[in-house]
Amino acid sequence: MPLPPRLVLEVVTPDHAVVREEVDEVQLPGVAGYLGILPGHTPLLTSLRVGQLWYRQGAEKRYLAIAFGFAEVQPDRVRLLAQVAERAEEIDVARAEERRRRAETAVQAARSGSADIDLERARISLLKSIVRIQVAAKAKLRG
Amino acid sequence: MPSLIDLRRRIRAVKSTQQITKAMKMIAASRLRKSQERIVNARPYANETLRVLQNLASRTDPDAHPLLAVREERAALVVIITADKGLCGSFNTNIIKAAGQEILAGGGRRVALALIGRKAREFFGRRGFPIVYERSHFFQHLAFDDAAAIAAVAIEEYCEGRADAVYLVYNEFKSVLQQRVVTEKLLPIERRSVDEAGPSARVDYLYEPDAATLFGQLLPAYVRTEVWRALLESAAAENAARMTAMDAATKNATEMIDGLTLYMNKVRQAGITNEIIEVVSGAEAL
Repeated sequence: MPLPPRLVLEVVTPDHAVVREEVDEVQLPGVAGYLGILPGHTPLLTSLRVGQLWYRQGAEKRYLAIAFGFAEVQPDRVRLLAQVAERAEEIDVARAEERRRRAETAVQAARSGSADIDLERARISLLKSIVRIQVAAKAKLRG
Repeated sequence: MPSLIDLRRRIRAVKSTQQITKAMKMIAASRLRKSQERIVNARPYANETLRVLQNLASRTDPDAHPLLAVREERAALVVIITADKGLCGSFNTNIIKAAGQEILAGGGRRVALALIGRKAREFFGRRGFPIVYERSHFFQHLAFDDAAAIAAVAIEEYCEGRADAVYLVYNEFKSVLQQRVVTEKLLPIERRSVDEAGPSARVDYLYEPDAATLFGQLLPAYVRTEVWRALLESAAAENAARMTAMDAATKNATEMIDGLTLYMNKVRQAGITNEIIEVVSGAEAL
């Protein structure tokens, strides 16, 4: 079977379709670690964790912040059903920083057991904000 | 015969009502555009979730998962989605009627309610049913987390055995002119929707983590997505219903104003004729 030349990448969230493009390579945050996917990848189904996704078109790389959901990989197609997916260009860095500060204090409060805060949730929200900031930084680097 | 002043006042009153209905129609139309866009945007996610779920169902033992377990229906949870406000035709009435039927159906089972929207709370809130969840005034800025919260309640009630089935009653947005009341079984997830595997199911997949774990994660995700879709459908349908109702009200007001104006002119003319007769007969008497 000949290898397909490119991949169709689709990223959808409950709110809207974020990406629908032809790409050469994708890297996504699977539960068991980051997965690099090239055209002709064997069919795969994985759940996602909080992390960054990038895809490459020619020499150009684009970044997204991803949190939870599922990814389905077929030889010529990658579909992501993500809870959260934000393009690097769309991230508001100031807000993400603010969220990170709040999440940090929440995590500390939960660790010390002083406040009635769910540690797991605080940790996740901290992780999300950190990924957002990283992804946004990548976009700036390029632009 | 009413006096001219009374008629004028009446016409003015109808006109100001018409201005309100017209404004409400415009607002509903602009909100409808937004909510319609949202439901259209949400559909790919819902469809994909179902597809992936079906794909997985063919390679795991679906009986193993509690959300698929069919039990004898002795207690049911009915989730009712209405609007917060009225003035949208028979939108809320239809839902309340359908929900009432669902509550009474099924013989002697116990029924608990989850009420979404102020109208649902007003109608069912004081009728002695146990209320497990209640939420209103959030259709303006719906977020997926709202759906997740409702789904979490439904799943908990079901898994803890307090409900043997969960139903969802909402208005589906068919078109701007048509809303359809839908009563849908949310839990247990029907095998029919799970078993209809697509062509991709024949391909052998790698699973990360294993298929059973993934399946276990996907089922609640599917429930959340279904609730999310129902919320969006209802929001769009509400705006559509309000727009149509207010359009009809505006038209009726125009008709009423026309009728009243005609009548007023007749009264005015009759008055003038009377005066002329009086003048003429007065002149003749001289």
